[in-house]
Amino acid sequence: MNGIDQSILTLILLVPLAGALLVLLVPERGKMPQSIALVTTLFTFLLTLHLPAHFVQGQPGFQFEIDKPWIGSPAIFYHVGVDALSMWLVVLVGLLAPVGVVTSWKAIKTRTKVFYSLFLVQQTAMFGVFVALDLMLYYGFWELSLVPMAILIAMFGRKNGAKAAMKFFLFTFIPSAPLLVAILWLYAKTGTFSYTELQYFIASGALPVGPLCWVALAFLFAFAVKVPLFPLHGWVADTYSEAPVALAMVVAGKLGLYSMLRFHVGLFPVEARQMAPLLIGLAVIGMLYGACLALVQRDFWRMMAYAALSHLSLIVLGIYGFTFTGWSGAVYQILSHGVVDAALFLLLGVLELKCATTQISGFGGLAKKLPQTATLFVIATLAMIGLPMLSGFVGEFLILSSTFAGVSKGWGIAGTVSVVLGAAYMLWLVQRVFYGEENPTAAAKVTSDLSFGEHAVLWPLAVLMLVMGLQPGLFINTIQSGVHPPAAAVKSGPGRLILMDMQTRMPSEVQR
Amino acid sequence: MTAIFPLWLIPALPFAGFLLNGILGRRLPKWLVTGIAILAPLGSFVVVLGNMFGMFGDMPWPIFLSSDFRVVENVGTWLNVGSLHVPFSFTLDHLSLLMLLVVTGVGFLIHLYSVGYMEHDGAYWRYFSYLNLFLFFMTVLVLSSNVLLMFVGWEGVGLASYLLIGFWYQKQSAADAGKKAFIVNRIGDFGFLIGIFLLIANFGTLTFSDMAVQVSANPALAGGVITTICLCLLVGATGKSAQLPLYVWLPDAMEGPTPVSALIHAATMVTAGVYMIARTHFLFDRSPYALSVVAIVGTLTALFAATMALVQTDIKRVLAYSTVSQLGYMFLGCGVAAYSAAIFHLMTHAFFKALLFLGAGSVIHAMAGEQDMRKMGGLRKKMPITFWTMTAAVFAISGIPGFSGFFSKDAILASAFADGSLGKVLWFVGAVTALLTAFYMFRLWYMTFFGSTRDEHAHPHESPLSMTVPLAILGVLSVCGGWVAIGGGFYRFLAPVLGPRPEEAGSMEYGLMGIAVALAALGWYIAHRLYHQKPGSAQALAEAMPATYKILLRKYYVDEIYAVLLVKPLLMLSRFVLEWVVDFAILGGLAWLLGGTATLGGAILQRWQSGNLRSYAAWLALGAAALLLFLIFGHAMGQNFAIAVRY
Repeated sequence: MNGIDQSILTLILLVPLAGALLVLLVPERGKMPQSIALVTTLFTFLLTLHLPAHFVQGQPGFQFEIDKPWIGSPAIFYHVGVDALSMWLVVLVGLLAPVGVVTSWKAIKTRTKVFYSLFLVQQTAMFGVFVALDLMLYYGFWELSLVPMAILIAMFGRKNGAKAAMKFFLFTFIPSAPLLVAILWLYAKTGTFSYTELQYFIASGALPVGPLCWVALAFLFAFAVKVPLFPLHGWVADTYSEAPVALAMVVAGKLGLYSMLRFHVGLFPVEARQMAPLLIGLAVIGMLYGACLALVQRDFWRMMAYAALSHLSLIVLGIYGFTFTGWSGAVYQILSHGVVDAALFLLLGVLELKCATTQISGFGGLAKKLPQTATLFVIATLAMIGLPMLSGFVGEFLILSSTFAGVSKGWGIAGTVSVVLGAAYMLWLVQRVFYGEENPTAAAKVTSDLSFGEHAVLWPLAVLMLVMGLQPGLFINTIQSGVHPPAAAVKSGPGRLILMDMQTRMPSEVQR
Repeated sequence: MTAIFPLWLIPALPFAGFLLNGILGRRLPKWLVTGIAILAPLGSFVVVLGNMFGMFGDMPWPIFLSSDFRVVENVGTWLNVGSLHVPFSFTLDHLSLLMLLVVTGVGFLIHLYSVGYMEHDGAYWRYFSYLNLFLFFMTVLVLSSNVLLMFVGWEGVGLASYLLIGFWYQKQSAADAGKKAFIVNRIGDFGFLIGIFLLIANFGTLTFSDMAVQVSANPALAGGVITTICLCLLVGATGKSAQLPLYVWLPDAMEGPTPVSALIHAATMVTAGVYMIARTHFLFDRSPYALSVVAIVGTLTALFAATMALVQTDIKRVLAYSTVSQLGYMFLGCGVAAYSAAIFHLMTHAFFKALLFLGAGSVIHAMAGEQDMRKMGGLRKKMPITFWTMTAAVFAISGIPGFSGFFSKDAILASAFADGSLGKVLWFVGAVTALLTAFYMFRLWYMTFFGSTRDEHAHPHESPLSMTVPLAILGVLSVCGGWVAIGGGFYRFLAPVLGPRPEEAGSMEYGLMGIAVALAALGWYIAHRLYHQKPGSAQALAEAMPATYKILLRKYYVDEIYAVLLVKPLLMLSRFVLEWVVDFAILGGLAWLLGGTATLGGAILQRWQSGNLRSYAAWLALGAAALLLFLIFGHAMGQNFAIAVRY
């Protein structure tokens, strides 16, 4: 390992923070804050690309790992690293950051200094969540990721930002408290915050089973609210409709889903498995429920919120189906969803800015005046509704087919219904916004199509959707190597468990 | 065996055309757009022909026809996850070769025709890029070696259809029709997907040839699971091929430009369901029950759609219902295990129905966009080429002996008759449908070309050469296309893939043929009486049976019934039950209650309600301080804390 390999994750964490500081220090003049943010995020993205370039596929354990004592007592380590599961997610966060900056370029006109510095802090927090391997460190980043969001919703809300921020705050901070308690309990029992060591302790059965159940539940609760999982989605519609577009875009789903895989399924496989039937049921309900509600929304941000509930629930279904195909599909779908949502949000943000409304009925027939916007919107829509050869299909197909084969036919069929509903609400949106007779009020406000910056972001995203749909192997081979069990561990009788091999020094199959 | 030209060229050429015209078309000169658009399908057609002749260059035709060949070409891996392995793999065998000849050949003609038809459209380049995109997906669908790649093409042609139906997107009805087509197809695809899941679960592979081997190696494999799989696939097929109960999108799809209706909604895409059943026939063969369902669905659709075609006045809608009806015949053929007869009808139908649509397009073009047959008439003299080619097509679809449709329809009906007692009933319904078919086709013929012009403002003229040449070629094919089956050569050609043609009715066949011809002649005669000899008597007949006429005219109110039974309840449920009751009242109320309880908890917590972010920040700071405290006091406190938690 050379020097860059060892410090790359630290760099990825520090560069956005440095950018945030710079934004604060430089006077708010002209386009200074957004320019600094753009440069910072682009540079960070380049840094994240170092990971796939130098990632050794098939090598067990974490890579680019740093494990240094930070605080002696309690024993908190600065322990970061990525494996097959988190590597592409880090790249995704890196990719979405400049997209977020471009989205905000015109939308955020006042208090840009505060906005961009908090946006960059948010980046660091998200990177941190994906790379932290020390539970206390992880918790710190987790909490940090909530703060800029809450503040920015309150500051930049569309109608009632303060109320939405309040809701977001209550929904996401409260579940963090049991999470903290649970982490502390684990530390008290084992004397370590280290992910890998805790995984070993838990798998070896050294911890009492009863309390462990509650600890697992506390973890799950925090993550389920964050995803969100039905019926804990109360915050999501208000947050999406009030949050600055860039924030809604970068935050959606990823953190909670990754945490479920790493810290719930990964740390507590037995408990997660016990909970799985309930979670599968809630996930399928969420898929259908979100889709139904998306059908009847009048505001497109609220619609996207319920659509997100539907799509993220699909990923939850993939996670708790406990099949390797489902896990691969779930991680892949997180990536695809991130890319597709980014493009859609950016385009909707453009539309909002041009026509000064978020009501779907305020649009109509805009394809004539905005042909490029319409084209890209249709491409992103098709990727979202899972048209084969675009990114959305692969994960959706893997998750649903593995649910059908590995979990139950009924849930598989019910989940597949949401595929029909998904096409219905998205195409209906496309039709009401772009097709049919031109809405004169909206059309009068439109003066120009997409700007250069928007093109520069959207076309690469569209190409990425196509590449992800045509050659999923580029990404999924790595992902698979992370969630695939060593050959010996595949067979497991009743009462035994398959430990998801998120790569550790531990035996993969453990008997209680 | 390898192909002379790589098979991937066949889809790749139209895809290149799509990209070039789609990205650059707006800036390219018109002749270049035309060149790219025309060369793509022509290139594919040449590749198909080249492969056919190249492989059997020296072989005499009879040997060529019955020789067994199969070329499989792997282009790369698509999906490789767990035990699931799906390559980009193409197969050229007798069935896909025949389909490709039809798809690229007819496709090329329709591209050519479009050059004239779309000449004045502002979005000329966009039209052709979509049309090339369609050919790309259609050839992928046909060439695919496995079910999932077929599904790619399947969804892709649906996309192209969506884009082309809504091509004139500023027209509300066109945008609605495109959306409807996609969503109704999605309902069918739901069944297809479940079928694919079942195939994965039961066969562990999605490759057609591997599944066929597994099926033939296991003679006991039948019943339950296979029937379920077949019925799921059938649901998919009913969506794409517009069969009951999912046919509703196809009549509306006529909102698209007429050449699109000819290519996608008559000749090629809508036959994908028939092709899919023929491709997976080794499964259907094991499930007599599923086959019966296919046959019944097909026959009912044929009859049902034919009755609706009787009273339509829009020339394209007559043809649309006629397409649904003819597809029903093909399903009937599949359902009685006469797959090669179904494919035969698919081929002849592609010729004469494409011709009918293109002829109708020529008429509409000449009438400056008028589609109402009541305003047409007397066009025979003014558009002779259109008239004579249309006549060939009308004779072909009506089953006049010697024309292509006669042979293929007869083959299906004969196979149906030979298929037990259910088959006899289906044959009877099919024969009655043939009567109706002849009636509504000759009705169209008389109303359009005979009598006198009923619209004084129109100045009809014959269409340009780029439109009449395809008409002429398709006219020849509509007449002669059926001759390939004389002596059974066609069936022998397909036998390596689809198996030999089932037992025929033997000497009975001539009797049956006679009955069918007589019924067709009767249909012609009635149309002649009502629409030529005594114009106006049709009106009188309609007035004599107002209720029947209205039900037919309103298409049995199926769209309205679906809206009331399915769409409205779903929206009402979503809005009132899910959004208002569940989301707002119950979940929102619970959250509010919990929040309220927390607020009442104490004076400290009350500060949360202030809505002041600074106080949140203070809380955060306090939390951080507590954390720090914990860090400083360290492990010991952690222990105590843990004890506290445990008890």
